[in-house]
Amino acid sequence: MGAKVLIVAEHDGAKLNPSIAKSVTCARGIPDAHITIAVCARDAGAVAAQAAQLTGVNQVLKVENPANEHALAAVLAPQVVALAADCTHILGPSTTFGKDLMPRVAALLDTAQISDIMAVESATRFRRPIYAGNAIVTVEIDPARKIVGTVRTASFEAAPTGGSASIEPVSLQVPLPTHTRFISISAAKSDRPDLQTASRVVSGGRALGSADGFKILYSLAAKLGAAVGASRAAVDAGYAPNEMQVGQTGKIIAPELYVAIGISGAIQHLTGIKDARTIVAINKDAEAPIFEVADIGLVGDLFQIVPEIEKLI
Amino acid sequence: MKRILVGIKRVVDYNVRIRVKPDGSGVVTDGVKMSINPFDEIALEEALRIKERGGAEEVVIATIGPADCQAQLRTGLAMGADRALHVQADGVIEPLVAARALLKLIEREQPFLVIVGKQAIDDDNSQTGPMLAALWNRPQVTFASKVELSEGKARITREVDTGLETLEVDLPALVTTDLRLNEPRYVKLPDIMKAKKKPLETLTLASLSVEARQGLKLVKFEPPAQRQKGVRVKDAAELVEALKKKGLL
Ligand SMILES: Cc1cc2nc3c(=O)[nH]c(=O)nc-3n(C[C@H](O)[C@H](O)[C@H](O)COP(=O)(O)OP(=O)(O)OC[C@H]3O[C@@H](n4cnc5c(N)ncnc54)[C@H](O)[C@@H]3O)c2cc1C
Ligand SMILES: Nc1ncnc2c1ncn2[C@@H]1O[C@H](COP(=O)(O)O)[C@@H](O)[C@H]1O
Repeated sequence: MGAKVLIVAEHDGAKLNPSIAKSVTCARGIPDAHITIAVCARDAGAVAAQAAQLTGVNQVLKVENPANEHALAAVLAPQVVALAADCTHILGPSTTFGKDLMPRVAALLDTAQISDIMAVESATRFRRPIYAGNAIVTVEIDPARKIVGTVRTASFEAAPTGGSASIEPVSLQVPLPTHTRFISISAAKSDRPDLQTASRVVSGGRALGSADGFKILYSLAAKLGAAVGASRAAVDAGYAPNEMQVGQTGKIIAPELYVAIGISGAIQHLTGIKDARTIVAINKDAEAPIFEVADIGLVGDLFQIVPEIEKLI
Repeated sequence: MKRILVGIKRVVDYNVRIRVKPDGSGVVTDGVKMSINPFDEIALEEALRIKERGGAEEVVIATIGPADCQAQLRTGLAMGADRALHVQADGVIEPLVAARALLKLIEREQPFLVIVGKQAIDDDNSQTGPMLAALWNRPQVTFASKVELSEGKARITREVDTGLETLEVDLPALVTTDLRLNEPRYVKLPDIMKAKKKPLETLTLASLSVEARQGLKLVKFEPPAQRQKGVRVKDAAELVEALKKKGLL
């Protein structure tokens, strides 16, 4: 008998998050997987239509409820558990959405979770990074229980569109808690590409010295069509907002080109960029650890070099 | 008594460059520096600040792990925790087991707030907090960067992929900490001496009726794939050339 995989959709009410197309590719690695995407929303129509187009998806479930307007783990978890009744695997992306929700689901199902799946070896065997990516462990899980996991999206290509899965509404009779209420979200609006999916990323560290200093990166990024990232030191110092942090405790990304500018290359930062195709480092310290992983290294003062590069491209 | 419970995990210090054992059976931890998980220091700091503002009367720290963990509990007591609970357990403690044990401690201690780290930096699981909140059937707010308490409620800001989200929850509730919640205090020498006299109670998983189930078999450990050695360029012009050659510009 094949696997029945349920993927919990991350979305903002209008758009399916790109992490889901990657989670589908992970799910397709499970032999004979029948793949269902669950869209829990106030109005699930638009998002469900996008999910149905992902190649490899067999079915999309629309779970519409005013309580699903904002993604609250305590509200979503009992619904996911109800939807997963006949599933073997339940997957979510390893984003802040999935990290918040999936362990709550796993606990309700009384099963262990596999976090940050980077490779699927079989229906029960997976690989995942530990110690900030400094070791990779292969884990085997008991198939007697449901398998809950989060997908390390940087490890998988997005599933292409072109599919046409069936879309079905589902109404669930599960009591939902009211003890958790959404108040607000402040997201910096930017017309730059999204950090998590951009093919080029320019990142700055403590060396930029101020929020103003970051402007030379925004300018270079605009020229390159790149997203902008930051080290923890830069975010802690208030030079860049938290959603720009790249690393073990920030975003894990896999762009074609990553340009690290004034970043020393601490292991916690490197975890976030291990899957970048080409890493460029610009740092005035020739001994900086970032050069150990850089494909192209340039030793020098960023304040001189960055404007020069911008002029040359 | 208004009490906060904080989960503390002993982990390999964040500055250590970990190595995989040649036989793939694990990572080398012998003789390696161990510390409180950095997110748990932040959790304890937040609890202490709430108590210092008059928002709580007692801060209790708890760990599930082998005897060695008592060193980290002593550090937590030196930071200012009032009491420590050590649930003695050897071998791998998965998040679901840690959560089950912490639930038993919640039932005993009746805290109005439980704070744990958003992730332990050894296994990078990031599971225990939400699992515990689910078992406890209470609200969870993960990745907190700001906590404000009022009568019976908390308003908490969390760091999410798109920015900052604010939630309101009824208490009791569970919070997991993100890096920017606070900066933990340094422990002073006299506090280390004082901490030796603070109560540290030892329990066992069995005494809490928690089974040390292992859901994931750890088949093998490997070092990550190494990147190819790169090249050095001498100036911006050479850099741009190199990028063009790779088809990146
Ligand atoms: C639990 C935990 C989690 C963490 N998570 C993350 C994470 O997710 N992401 C992350 O990034 N960090 C993380 N860190 C922090 C990490 O350990 C480092 O402290 C951080 O990455 C350093 O940032 P930086 O490289 O910008 O700063 P620094 O280490 O201070 O490096 C600045 C660099 O800029 C160079 N420089 C200075 N001036 C110039 C100039 N004019 N031109 C060129 N180069 C210059 C210097 O030579 C230096 O190499 C974490 C730490 C802990 C404990
Ligand atoms: N064995 C343990 N003892 C006490 N607290 C723990 C233990 N394991 C995990 N925690 C808490 O749960 C948080 C998240 O851990 P994890 O789910 O393993 O990433 C940690 O930061 C701790 O606060």
